[in-house]
Amino acid sequence: MFDSLSDRLGEVFTRLGRRGALRESDVTAALREVRVALLEADVALPVVEDFIEAVGQRAVGEEVLRSVTPAQMVVKIVKDQLTEALGAEASALDLAVTPPAAILMVGLQGSGKTTTTAKLGLWLTNREKKKVLLVSTDTQRPAAQEQLQVLADQAGLRFMSVIAGETPRQIARRCMVTARLEGFDVVIVDTAGRLHVDEALMDEAAQLRDIVNPAETLLVADAMIGQDAVNVAKRFDERVKLTGIILTRVDGDARGGAALSARAVTGCPIKLIGVGEGLDALEEFHPDRIASRILGMGDVVTLVEKAAESIEVEEAERLAARMRKGAFDFNDMRAQLRQLGKMGGIESMLGMLPGAGRMKAQLAGQKVDERILVTQGAIIDSMTVAERRNAKLLNASRKRRIAQGSGTSVQEINRLIKQYKDTNRMMKKISKLGKKGLMRHPMAGLLPH
Amino acid sequence: MNADAGEAKSGWLDRLGAGLSRTSSKLAQGITDIFTRSRLDDETLEKLDDLLIAADLGPATASALTARLARERFDRDMGADEVRAALAGDIAEILAPVAVPLILDPLAKPHVILVVGVNGSGKTTTIGKLAHQFRGQGKSVMLAAADTFRAAAVNQLRLWGERAGAEVYARDDARDAAALAFDAFKRARAEGTDVLLVDTAGRLQNKADLMAELEKIIRVLKKLDAAAPQSCLLVLDATTGQNAHAQVEVFRDITGVTGLIVTKLDGSARGGVLVALAKRFNIPVHAIGVGEGIDDLSPFEAEDFARALLGLTR
Ligand SMILES: Nc1nc2c(ncn2[C@@H]2O[C@H](COP(=O)(O)OP(=O)(O)OP(=O)(O)O)[C@@H](O)[C@H]2O)c(=O)[nH]1
Ligand SMILES: Nc1nc2c(ncn2[C@@H]2O[C@H](COP(=O)(O)OP(=O)(O)O)[C@@H](O)[C@H]2O)c(=O)[nH]1
Ligand SMILES: [Mg+2]
Ligand SMILES: [Mg+2]
Repeated sequence: MFDSLSDRLGEVFTRLGRRGALRESDVTAALREVRVALLEADVALPVVEDFIEAVGQRAVGEEVLRSVTPAQMVVKIVKDQLTEALGAEASALDLAVTPPAAILMVGLQGSGKTTTTAKLGLWLTNREKKKVLLVSTDTQRPAAQEQLQVLADQAGLRFMSVIAGETPRQIARRCMVTARLEGFDVVIVDTAGRLHVDEALMDEAAQLRDIVNPAETLLVADAMIGQDAVNVAKRFDERVKLTGIILTRVDGDARGGAALSARAVTGCPIKLIGVGEGLDALEEFHPDRIASRILGMGDVVTLVEKAAESIEVEEAERLAARMRKGAFDFNDMRAQLRQLGKMGGIESMLGMLPGAGRMKAQLAGQKVDERILVTQGAIIDSMTVAERRNAKLLNASRKRRIAQGSGTSVQEINRLIKQYKDTNRMMKKISKLGKKGLMRHPMAGLLPH
Repeated sequence: MNADAGEAKSGWLDRLGAGLSRTSSKLAQGITDIFTRSRLDDETLEKLDDLLIAADLGPATASALTARLARERFDRDMGADEVRAALAGDIAEILAPVAVPLILDPLAKPHVILVVGVNGSGKTTTIGKLAHQFRGQGKSVMLAAADTFRAAAVNQLRLWGERAGAEVYARDDARDAAALAFDAFKRARAEGTDVLLVDTAGRLQNKADLMAELEKIIRVLKKLDAAAPQSCLLVLDATTGQNAHAQVEVFRDITGVTGLIVTKLDGSARGGVLVALAKRFNIPVHAIGVGEGIDDLSPFEAEDFARALLGLTR
């Protein structure tokens, strides 16, 4: 359902034909597509309108370079404008105050505040060698304080103990005193989730802010949020004066238009992004990457980095060596499938590849589903040690046994064997194999021919 | 949730109205502005389209609705109220087929309800609210703490169990969600419990390994009873935008979702994506969450929802 912007514009310009400079009529037609693309990516309507106008002014009269198509030219202009609107470059936390510096975490229910509080604590401890205290003022949600305590323990961080019956305001006062007395550099204050339209709770948030006088007040917002992002961000900014935004669940497959919406209405930079449930899954925000993602343009940089992260170098080298020797067996294939799974599965890999919009659509049509990673893993797990080493052993009766053991069919096993053979054949052709080769090939094996 | 929900209705309607009206008043105002000029022309339709988009209906559904309005009433003189009523009618028509209450199978002991969804959507809270409703109908209820991942998830569920008066089956050191669900099911069956609600860890639908864990839960439940789980509820957060499509699609394919519950409608998000979801997936919407309290769960009513969406409650 979501075509990439390049695909959409490609169609517009095929209709219009090719010309030297972008004319107003071309641009208008193109911008209609840009508008729909942004709306499908959940950028809020008023923000879309402003954005489109700015792009229009920039694009009309622009000379189309000889080497690119008008569609590519427009995509480039849109992408640049979007990157600028998202904040051009990463913006760091500003904690340069007399310690203890307080960080106030606010946001809607379930947006990821508590998890992010712990992640941020770990981040500041490891990267900036800060002495960090975590505090929960969430007396609302059942077991919320315990949740932060458990996370603090997991991360090896200090958590300010809970005194039963204390109100959020009392906790906030106490934490600042504790932090001063015990010489903490940073106090991160988690708060209960609240709706921006809940006046009583928004008042409370403002009071908490006045008590802790934060160096940073961060809105934690879910990357999946829709048009309401503008209302939420605006209201929180009005009531507690935000200094930054943390976007969570960027590891999902939402296009993340909320990033632009929230940034546009508050003028606050997006400081960090959450990319998983683990406490180390916090990253710097790169506007150009989110811009590509919003436009459905794929993100080669992220892809390459992700690959580098998940494929342990040693493991990769070991596999490469085995492949060169032609000793690549099912055990190795199993390891590969596991790595592919770690990188978020086939679809999210495709989402990061440029021009993958169409391929994704094809895949959808062909019903290649993510579970193939899991099924194939299960098949290999059901093989005996000998079978894993030697594919030739796999006769009909063995295949039936494996099918039964893994809850699959002989057909599926045949497909896996074919893929294994293709892989081996391919490997022989590739003389020198680095990380990239390793990455590319299991994907190729999974794609329909 | 059930047939005798009429009594609770005025309460939830008010609440939904209050929540929706905060911003649907903006939508309504917009429509009023448009139609103080009286003809339904292109420019008017375009603005109408924008208004629907701002309610998260998505560009495609919004233009389908305005196109229909145009086809049927183009160039007619129409007052603002008339237009709103017509649109609400069209939307209600789309939603009506999915406004279906959750019915328990009286023969299933227990009727197993698996509750799934992305992180933070409101699964655990909704389980507490559902348990409370079932208890109110005199049913015995057990909650299974199969969220073995999130910190303090078990105690969160225990507290909801206490509030609702439902037994909670949990192990503090549980690692394997499927094994826990299986044991809870066995226990509930042995005790002749009417309803077993299984809480699961939130997960993003694009994580293949986590989705496989849900498949496994279902597989082991079926070992005890091939008809289990009788219901699989997907909990959607109303603030979610177009990603709701992907959520419904993938959870449906993998866990066989039988119904939706939309939470957080007490905010200013209008949950307009539901209109597109109803068209595309035709999956029942059983209830809506309108607050954090145990009573804040209401039946989903197509016409009321559509009217509230367009600011027609009052
Ligand atoms: N305003 C409002 N808040 C809600 C509603 N439903 C749930 N919440 C809140 O949303 C937050 C998350 O709810 P949970 O029930 O913990 O969500 P979950 O899906 O179980 O979350 P995970 O287990 O972390 O994936 C909590 O703060 C709830 O109080 C609702 O209908 N309205
Ligand atoms: N996949 C993913 N899950 C996240 C992320 N941040 C938080 N979560 C999950 O979202 C859910 C709600 O998070 P929580 O911190 O309790 O939200 P809060 O209610 O705002 O405090 C939990 O299940 C977290 O594990 C993220 O960046 N990615
Ligand atoms: Mg929290
Ligand atoms: Mg939960």
